[in-house]
Amino acid sequence: MSVNGTAAKQTITFMLDGQKHTPQPFAPDTTLLNYLREHLDRRGTKEGCAEGDCGACTVVAADLHRGQLRHRSLNACVQLLATLDGKALFTVESLQRGQQLHPAQQAMVDHHGSQCGFCTPGFVMSLFALYHNQPNASREQVSQALSGNLCRCTGYRPILDAGERMYGYGFAVAADADQAMLDTLQEWADTQQALAIEQDGKRFFAPTSLEALAGLLEQYPSATLLAGATDVGLWITKQHRDLPVIISLAKVAGLETISEQDGWLEIAAAVSLEEAFQALVKHYPQLSELHERFASLPIRNAGTLVGNIANGSPIGDSMPALMVLGARIRLRQGDAVRELALEDFYLGYQQKDLRAGEFVEAVRIPLPTSADANSLVRCYKLSKRFEQDISAVCAAFHIKLDAQRQVTQARIAYGGMAAVPQRAAHCEAALLGQPWEQASVTAAMQALEQDFKPLSDMRASSAYRMATAKNLLLKSLLESEGQQLSLYRQGAQA
Amino acid sequence: MTLAQTQPRHSVGQPTKHDSAELHVTGAAQYTDDIPEPRGTLYAAIGISQQAHARLCSVNLEPVWNAPGVVAVITAADIPGANHLGGSMKDEPVFAIDVVEYIGQPIFAVAATTMEAARRAAQLAEIDYETLPHNLDIQQALAQQQFVLPSKFLQRGQPDTALQQAAHKISGGFHLGGQEQFYLEGMVAMALPREHGDVLVYNSTQHPHHDQKVVADVLGLTEKDVVIECRRMGGAFGGKESQPSLFASIAALLALKTGRAVKLRLDRDDDITITGKRHCYDIQYQAGFDDAGVLQAVKLVYASRCGISADLSGPVNDRSMFHADNAYYLEHVDIASYRCKTNSQSNTAFRGFGGPQGMIAIEYIMDDVARHLQLDPLQVRRANFYGVDGTRNQTHYGMEVEDNIIHRIVDELETSADYQQRRAAIREFNRNSPWLKKGIALTPVKFGISFTATFYNQAGALLHIYSDGSVQLNHGGMEMGQGLYTKVSQVVAEELQVPLSYIRCTATRTDKVPNASATAASSGSDLNGMAARDAAQQLKQRLTAFAASHYGEETSAVVFHDGEVQVGEQTVSFKELAHAAWMNRISLSATGFYRTPKIHYDPQTMTGRPFYYFAYGAAVSEVMIDTLTGENRVLRVDILHDVGQSLNPALDIGQIEGGFIQGMGWLTTEELWWDAKGRLRTHAPSTYKIPVAGDIPPVFHVKLLENNANVEQTIYRSKAVGEPPLMLAMSVFFALRDAVASVGDYRLQPPLQPPATPEAILNAVQAVQSAHQETA
Repeated sequence: MSVNGTAAKQTITFMLDGQKHTPQPFAPDTTLLNYLREHLDRRGTKEGCAEGDCGACTVVAADLHRGQLRHRSLNACVQLLATLDGKALFTVESLQRGQQLHPAQQAMVDHHGSQCGFCTPGFVMSLFALYHNQPNASREQVSQALSGNLCRCTGYRPILDAGERMYGYGFAVAADADQAMLDTLQEWADTQQALAIEQDGKRFFAPTSLEALAGLLEQYPSATLLAGATDVGLWITKQHRDLPVIISLAKVAGLETISEQDGWLEIAAAVSLEEAFQALVKHYPQLSELHERFASLPIRNAGTLVGNIANGSPIGDSMPALMVLGARIRLRQGDAVRELALEDFYLGYQQKDLRAGEFVEAVRIPLPTSADANSLVRCYKLSKRFEQDISAVCAAFHIKLDAQRQVTQARIAYGGMAAVPQRAAHCEAALLGQPWEQASVTAAMQALEQDFKPLSDMRASSAYRMATAKNLLLKSLLESEGQQLSLYRQGAQA
Repeated sequence: MTLAQTQPRHSVGQPTKHDSAELHVTGAAQYTDDIPEPRGTLYAAIGISQQAHARLCSVNLEPVWNAPGVVAVITAADIPGANHLGGSMKDEPVFAIDVVEYIGQPIFAVAATTMEAARRAAQLAEIDYETLPHNLDIQQALAQQQFVLPSKFLQRGQPDTALQQAAHKISGGFHLGGQEQFYLEGMVAMALPREHGDVLVYNSTQHPHHDQKVVADVLGLTEKDVVIECRRMGGAFGGKESQPSLFASIAALLALKTGRAVKLRLDRDDDITITGKRHCYDIQYQAGFDDAGVLQAVKLVYASRCGISADLSGPVNDRSMFHADNAYYLEHVDIASYRCKTNSQSNTAFRGFGGPQGMIAIEYIMDDVARHLQLDPLQVRRANFYGVDGTRNQTHYGMEVEDNIIHRIVDELETSADYQQRRAAIREFNRNSPWLKKGIALTPVKFGISFTATFYNQAGALLHIYSDGSVQLNHGGMEMGQGLYTKVSQVVAEELQVPLSYIRCTATRTDKVPNASATAASSGSDLNGMAARDAAQQLKQRLTAFAASHYGEETSAVVFHDGEVQVGEQTVSFKELAHAAWMNRISLSATGFYRTPKIHYDPQTMTGRPFYYFAYGAAVSEVMIDTLTGENRVLRVDILHDVGQSLNPALDIGQIEGGFIQGMGWLTTEELWWDAKGRLRTHAPSTYKIPVAGDIPPVFHVKLLENNANVEQTIYRSKAVGEPPLMLAMSVFFALRDAVASVGDYRLQPPLQPPATPEAILNAVQAVQSAHQETA
């Protein structure tokens, strides 16, 4: 089988416990979790929710990325087996060396980090990834690495202790085994091959070039485009949808690119949320809280920023911030390319300016310039829980002031307030040309009622959404005057 | 104090790690879904109602039958025995007939060759509903007298007169949210048909004997024909006390129908949609008190949402009534309890079992009284504590509080947590912080230990010593993470003076220990520890008698110590002695039994001594809120808790911390939300938010009360620890309320409703602000 004339593999190979592993033929929509539990009888990895929200299924995938070995925690429940091709997989069964437990495991035992034990393999795997990626992580870093792992028994304190102290444990590293893994991953990275898997009429393609991708999209215009599977995975596990053709972006050359050019930061379609946010926060440190509170680390490791944009959920957390920064997206259909302001992409609830066979290739964000010295960028997310929750309201403000503190530009956008993430035109107009102070902000807060008629649902009532949408504008004024009003990290230093 | 209590013990009292810790961290611990399936196993899924209240006009299951992989489809018509889940009222069917009463009610089940095939098939039924009016509202149920059980009333003294004569009065009410158990391991059962038409069910359950009875009833069998086994659960928290019987029954029905093993594992969304939760309550109160805040009279109305059937709602609501006092003496009191029928999941047990709902009402009153009198709430709470000198120490249900240590706990905690100084500092902070506000609260806990259904307070154990000296222990208690198997093994190791490594505690099975009670009511180690000790003492006596005669010494010269047995001048290993006993035809197997003494209770008058003893504790929480958004943070928590003489301090600390954080979730982020059609829309972790690691207080001090033997003769003078710590989290709620009160200069009563989500907090802030502006 081939992908547009290029030879393609019909099966996948990944490293498992130091060995190359090639699964028997499998259905293209097989999740990694089901493969582990039902086909390999590796039942240490648990299903807690099958939607990537509890972390009981956390596994770690290692690959060579930009020349570096990286270990990523992933939710096996919403990862497709086919996406493991060319990687090294670690499950909770992989960690022990003979009788010796891995430091993440031994520390959990020594600090009484497990009670019922069902979530424990997931915690161990998140800690294992942290152990590799972050030498001597602080307690706060441990906590952030565990934001995707729910435990209902312990109250987390002993798990955080274990995470902090695991670095003190000795562990006999089998250097030659690690080198062998690196060599294999290097070899695979150097000889990236397209994938074309078919079973029972279902197809999975992973092309390696934009041309091949364009050809496939032409051939299968209604195919499901797959990046991180953090949403598509749920179509399979929860909605039991038939997905006859899945096309993965993961291997397409160029789609993992992050570049800075001519004053723009460009993030391509297959760049993970985690990497994308690291790049964004470097230029806009005001987004660091949004970064840390965006889903959980395993979801950010898998999901992509462009996927979040292309999905276009009214409560997608990246869009308000990107809109106020002036982000643009590049859409590609074969050789044809066009660019849109992000806010123009969303036409209505689950409706986008996206043609058949077209996909979002990249998002481009203007970099701050010295002219922005007097500009204010703030982003706020309101949810019942700080981490790994979906916004009731997400608000972003980009206000430029002149020397007299008059508003020369007001870009304001909200999520959770309408059928799509949206700029607040009346609110912006009310501020433009006005002094950046309480009176004009109060008027602009009032103007939000013309911009939005929010819904009531399980996340918040309409009244709460409107009240806080207003108050967040006030909060941005107060914070621009030097007050520190975020509760997210309150007390964390203590 | 006995000698044993002053010396370090061999095994009991050590911070021994959980007996499955290594298995947990390596993924080797087997849960029900991990047990290898027999060849040909089928997978089941349940077809549920999509309407909250409707007549089933027609149920066409042809499309289900015709779906790929389907082997069997069953409805109520396929039930050979009784179509109900037992319980006193027999009011909840396995499968609905004619009428469905909530979204999630099972109508049929399907078995197919794969899980995916079964779940897809279950969605294909064509069901015609005739929609009937539905109700999920407690007030409407009250107005329409819709109840699952008769209302109960408990009165002492002359509450009306005393209320009238009181110098000060307050009244109020609030709605208190329920809580999803959110055990990480969802409901799962695997049934294996056996000879004689018998069935073995591996089930994730807190109460195998209940499941055994229900499965026998549903299948038209007797208890001897059904075996239930469970080695461990991935969490339970009360959610697996009664409800797993439904899933065991469906798996068993399909197994016997097909002659093949059948596994039924619920998808998380189905689990939350189908099963019951902690009851939400509407609470109304009136209180009269003197200038010092001492209560003169209290009137309380508890009305709870029970769902479609009684399930455990009777004893849950009873426990609310018993815990209306928390740690306070209520001389003149009137309590009414209404158990409302609603078109929602049949609510059930959840850690605390009605106690938390009962207690938060009186704490709300304490908080109101203090603000009314402009006193420190701690001072008001203290003024109302039960007495220690034989006065003011009888509960409203007639039990003497003989073990009151709340004064000591609160005194020690007030000092160690620096309560007074921090309270003053917080007031100062709030004066200078217009938008962010802090709050603090110290709340006590007194929780009654025992099943209020007296007959449940019994337990059995089975102990074998093998010819090599290794020991197998089995008891009727369930391991759900609390470390029960570890604690009971420690007890046996202590009695036999052998290393823990000699002992294997094996999976709980109804054919090893019969008629075992639920592992619930915090009673697991109290009951099963005593039963296991009884068995161990019998075997030790036999071995002692044998050793004396075998080695020609007096029995008094036989001493078991640290894996060895001293017989006069001679020392033999425990292993050698066991081997010799076997060779000399000594029985090395014993059953143990225990029943809790002293307890008695008359359900008609609701008086007696329902509890063997009380467990106590107290917590101080400090919080911060954002008055612009209602967001909140718990900044510091100090806990001092009473576990008697700890059987295992590490496990006990784990229960306290875990219970506290779970209670914090109940009162803050965990909100259950039904839409207008009666559909629970928070049915997955994406929408139902339990605490994560980042939510725990950055400063979190948890201590066990020292030098604190249980006055009752419990197992090694320890105390139950499963449930009481959950209620320590009331301190978080009242600290939040204190923070909200600051925006009204602490003069107005914030109408804060639990759970204190950001929205609930903002609503309360706005209410206080606008009332404050009116009065200003």
